[in-house]
Amino acid sequence: MGKKERPISLHNLSAKREAVRRSVTTLLIMLPTLLVCLPVVLLVTGSVMSDGELQRHLAPVFAGGEAFVSWKLVPDYPTFGHYGKLLFMTPQFFVLFWNSVRLVGLILLGQLMVGVPAAWAFAVYQARGSRVMFAFYIVLMLLPFQVTMLSSYLVLHNLHMLDTPQAVILPAVFSTLPVFLSYGGFRAIPSQLFEAARIDGASEWRIFCSIGLPLGRSGLLSAMVLEFLEYWNMMEQPMAFLEDKSLWPLSLYLPEITWQQAGNAFAASIITLIPAAFVFVWGQDYLEQGIVFSGLKE
Amino acid sequence: MTRHNTGVKHRRDTRAFFLFAAPEFAGVLIFVLFPFLDVTGRSFRTVVTGRFVGLGNYATVFANQAFRLAVKNTFRFTLVCIPLLVLTGLVIAYPISRMKNAGLVKSLYLFPLAMPTATVVIVWKMTFCRQGFLNLLLTRFGAWSGLWDGAHTDWLGTGASFWVLVFSYIWKNAGYTIVLWLAGILGIPGELLEAARVDGASERQCFLRIVLPNLKGSLYTIVILSFLNSFKIYREAYLVAGAYPDQDMYLLQHLFNNWFVNLDFDKMAAATVCVGGFLFAVIMLLQRLWDRRET
Repeated sequence: MGKKERPISLHNLSAKREAVRRSVTTLLIMLPTLLVCLPVVLLVTGSVMSDGELQRHLAPVFAGGEAFVSWKLVPDYPTFGHYGKLLFMTPQFFVLFWNSVRLVGLILLGQLMVGVPAAWAFAVYQARGSRVMFAFYIVLMLLPFQVTMLSSYLVLHNLHMLDTPQAVILPAVFSTLPVFLSYGGFRAIPSQLFEAARIDGASEWRIFCSIGLPLGRSGLLSAMVLEFLEYWNMMEQPMAFLEDKSLWPLSLYLPEITWQQAGNAFAASIITLIPAAFVFVWGQDYLEQGIVFSGLKE
Repeated sequence: MTRHNTGVKHRRDTRAFFLFAAPEFAGVLIFVLFPFLDVTGRSFRTVVTGRFVGLGNYATVFANQAFRLAVKNTFRFTLVCIPLLVLTGLVIAYPISRMKNAGLVKSLYLFPLAMPTATVVIVWKMTFCRQGFLNLLLTRFGAWSGLWDGAHTDWLGTGASFWVLVFSYIWKNAGYTIVLWLAGILGIPGELLEAARVDGASERQCFLRIVLPNLKGSLYTIVILSFLNSFKIYREAYLVAGAYPDQDMYLLQHLFNNWFVNLDFDKMAAATVCVGGFLFAVIMLLQRLWDRRET
């Protein structure tokens, strides 16, 4: 009997050990995500905390002294006053919010109209030199803003576009990252479909609209999600090319708020975060796919 | 017949290719390529008079103290950050790849990518300033363990700011590195691992002998993308410490921006060509390495 039971209990033991090991790993993996959650919690609580309370907690940050900053996860007197003030009594905030929406919207629209057909061209047609061109586009996609800053400035100056929204929109429309991201989606469509459509007499444009766009949708959406997050967070371009503060996007407004108006800063942060968080939650699958696409060679 | 057909196909492809690619290509020419050639031309001249000075601007740039400091710091930042990010990503991604419900964890790690920089900067300021949360924690820990008295480092205004940058870079980019590693790990055929386990390989052997060698392709990708994203750290650096931060934190991006603001276009043109050329070379080199691996 004892002999028979032994392997079973051994098995149980190792299964138990395995289970313990698993939960420890899960715990260790979850621990760093606190660093992601805490800032969000901090922003949310700060945005509903009354001014007096905020001053008390934050005074050490801007006034110095020996006391440390403190915080309360549930404010003593919660208030939506900061949101109300920002949304209804700060016209400047409203202007900047719509600036952001308009800039990002027009950039994404432009990329759809220009970058997506280019991605289709690279994915479907074999023309001499297209490989070299694509490699060149990849290099362009990888260059940081600072390297292209001067050349963009000069061309925008020559076209008399500095200090207009176009100065930010047009260079972004012709960036090559969306070409690369949408390319992956088009490449995945079997080419026999196009051949069949051609035999039925469809034009290339028709094939693009009726087969390419619907079937390559996931690539397009990945590009749009990644680009939305990128341009919603855009700072370098408007800082360099827009002097008129009434044209600025929201991302440049936040740093202008001082500690004395910390409540506004928290509320503005949350309002800025909401569209990005929404796109993130809705498009996380596409975001992940986009990241994987951006890593695929060709 | 076949030759005729391929000829037709070829002509049709070429025509369609150019029609579809033309708008983007025209934009790239106008907004990127021609201006860059223009800048390259200007880098050999003075901006004001247009006099040809040969390599004069380049000599000025290389002799410039700020340029040397910025290059040094940028290299230091890259050399510290990228290995750290790549490793952190792998260490987190491998256990996640073996979890059953990894969706939430992955979302949490990815979320910082979606958070606009301006919104987290206020949190970093509260955490890393002299009287901030980090020092509060350290002081409490010091009092509890008796190891030190009180922590009063100003993490943003001293050399320590470099490490704050490293931290925020990893905080922001760990998520996509994890996603890329996961894609690589899940792409390894399950039969390979099964077979090894049947042959009695331990988990460690499986990881070292099978998983790691199969992830080389992912490694190249992750290194390239991490490298390019490392330039975006300027946003955090600028928002936390302004245009002239502590000298350990003064990066090439600060320098370019300050030259731009001060209209130092001579130096900027030369530096643009140098940095652009360097990045071009690095990208080509990495691609070459990649190709050789595949053939």
